[in-house]
Amino acid sequence: MTRELTIKDAINEALHQEMAADDRIVLFGEDIAGGAGRDVSYPPAADAWGGPFGVTKGLLGRFGRERVIDTPIAETGFVGASIGAAVAGLRPVAEIMYVDFIGTSFDQLLNHAAKLRYVYGGKISVPLVIRTVTGAGFRAAAEHSQTLYSLYTHIPGLKVVAPSTPYDAKGLLIAAIRDPDPVIFMEHKRLYMQRGPVPEEPYEVPLGRARIARPGTDVTIVGVQKMVHTALAAAERLQAEGIDAEVIDPRSYSPLDTEAILSSVRRTGRLVVVDESHPRCSLATDIAALAASEAFFELKAPIRQVTAPHAPVPFSPVLEDAYIPSPDRVCDAVHDVMAERR
Amino acid sequence: MPAIDHAEATRLWRLMCRIRRFEDRVHADAEADRLEGYVHTYAGQEAVAAGVIPLLRANDWLTSTYRNHGHAIARGVPLDAIAGELLGKATGVSGGKGGSMHVADQALGMIGAMGIVAGGLPIAAGAAFAARYRSEDRVAVAFFGDGAVHQGAFHEALTFASLFTCPVLFVCENNLYAETTAVDYHLLAGSVVAMAEPYRIAARRVDGMDVLVVRAAAAETLEEMRRDGRPRLIEAMTYRFNGQYEGDTQTYKPPEEVARYRARDPLGLFRAHLSSGGIVDERTLDAIDDEAAGEVASAFVAADAAPWPVAAAVTADVYTGDPVEAERS
Repeated sequence: MTRELTIKDAINEALHQEMAADDRIVLFGEDIAGGAGRDVSYPPAADAWGGPFGVTKGLLGRFGRERVIDTPIAETGFVGASIGAAVAGLRPVAEIMYVDFIGTSFDQLLNHAAKLRYVYGGKISVPLVIRTVTGAGFRAAAEHSQTLYSLYTHIPGLKVVAPSTPYDAKGLLIAAIRDPDPVIFMEHKRLYMQRGPVPEEPYEVPLGRARIARPGTDVTIVGVQKMVHTALAAAERLQAEGIDAEVIDPRSYSPLDTEAILSSVRRTGRLVVVDESHPRCSLATDIAALAASEAFFELKAPIRQVTAPHAPVPFSPVLEDAYIPSPDRVCDAVHDVMAERR
Repeated sequence: MPAIDHAEATRLWRLMCRIRRFEDRVHADAEADRLEGYVHTYAGQEAVAAGVIPLLRANDWLTSTYRNHGHAIARGVPLDAIAGELLGKATGVSGGKGGSMHVADQALGMIGAMGIVAGGLPIAAGAAFAARYRSEDRVAVAFFGDGAVHQGAFHEALTFASLFTCPVLFVCENNLYAETTAVDYHLLAGSVVAMAEPYRIAARRVDGMDVLVVRAAAAETLEEMRRDGRPRLIEAMTYRFNGQYEGDTQTYKPPEEVARYRARDPLGLFRAHLSSGGIVDERTLDAIDDEAAGEVASAFVAADAAPWPVAAAVTADVYTGDPVEAERS
């Protein structure tokens, strides 16, 4: 029997194993344990949260406050300090509680973490991981539901990964921690409870390698993080209609496994990209542009993009449900591309 | 406690009861899993909203936070519109677009209720700047928590407001916890008041559980501000009775601390003052409280029965004017 874990627990296990193996790893973030300060006089306060989703729960008891560091609500401070600590020999893993909070520390990432190596001619490395939480579907409204994948992917010097399975969550996080460059590790809040097989021993899933989530021959559907599951649900329905869809999970957006995407598109001749982000300057447009530029003559139909609208994430359940791309919309897009005969 | 007459006392009592009963209902609904999304309740902090907001003029500006229900109620946002917003209904104050974390009525001068810690401070400073620039007799008030003071936005807003003489009142609701992190641990300056002083902003710390103390301090402060146009800061020492958000197990709060602050419940303190001082009798206080509970109940009945927003609302209001047709595929 293969052991199954949730994505949340897979990430927690990766942190446990890497921290046990490498004492250069320290964690920074807001309430990543919780109860800081109070736990001295009142021990039950310790590890009150483990982050809002409990992802880092239990690390405090094993590694202590020297390595599991609850910071003030001061992202510029602890993200910037993580950069400095990384340069000076540590391997910090910092948590931005929600990706939406990145604005308060963006200068440190945009102008410093991403550029230190390049500006100084490769003489310096920033082995830093920023873990952060993405995604809609939690009724968390406009400032706690964004994905912002492309905001990071756009910046040279940052690596960006976004797992959709527990196996990849553990392996990609370990690879990210061991990577010599800054990596943005994005965790979708609606996928934390997703279960799947996860080996007990530490392992790496290499950054920049896509995964075929479902092999198929008629159409390529590229899903971005949670949209991999939306694409898979659509593929199941399409199968019943006799359409055999291949679903690609890029897993890593920077670097992007362009060959895996292109070779699939060349085989199927049809591409649908599903992205929960806004449609402009997104991973969807990026991947569509890749296929249009590099596989134009193999395409049998125009590329379709299924995305959220060019609007912030609404709170109301009925509006948010309409906002997030659904399997229905993916099926519609596949029907469109299948209807083209060339 | 400072003096207060019967009429004013009943008005304040009614407001505090409205806030508490509203938050009691929200808390119960959240516990019973009848509310979706992230919900942050204001119970325990009523004396701050009730002490400051009724003193503001109709044209004054406010910014709030994700813990905004008390501010919205105090500013006069109808309970139906708040309940509707919490349920994501078309009748919500923002048509269901914002939900619990973003309850604000712009018609009442509430610029917004920010989901990002300290996000409202520079914005309030800017509103105050505009008022001064346009020679308008109005001030801005920014509510924020003790956790906000380590954000760059706090320091930058105080600098801006002081340097450019903006009549903005920064009201820190120091509820002793930045999420789960204790204020006596993270607040190295010892107080938020001490953090205002380097920026040459006059600041005072008050008992934020006593509505009349908050009210007296706010009245004096607002008067000074309207006279000299300078920013001010009030640090109201209060306590959040519920979690950082609904669902927070609050294992970081020592039971004796909870008991100590429950014993200083702002509603209990005010009630005792009013009845023992012969200002308002117990029966009247109870009757007002019951009325408030009734208003809250009918607000939720109305919200439950209200229609959902139409799906087209998803892409409306992104820009001024017509909705942009941006949906693809």
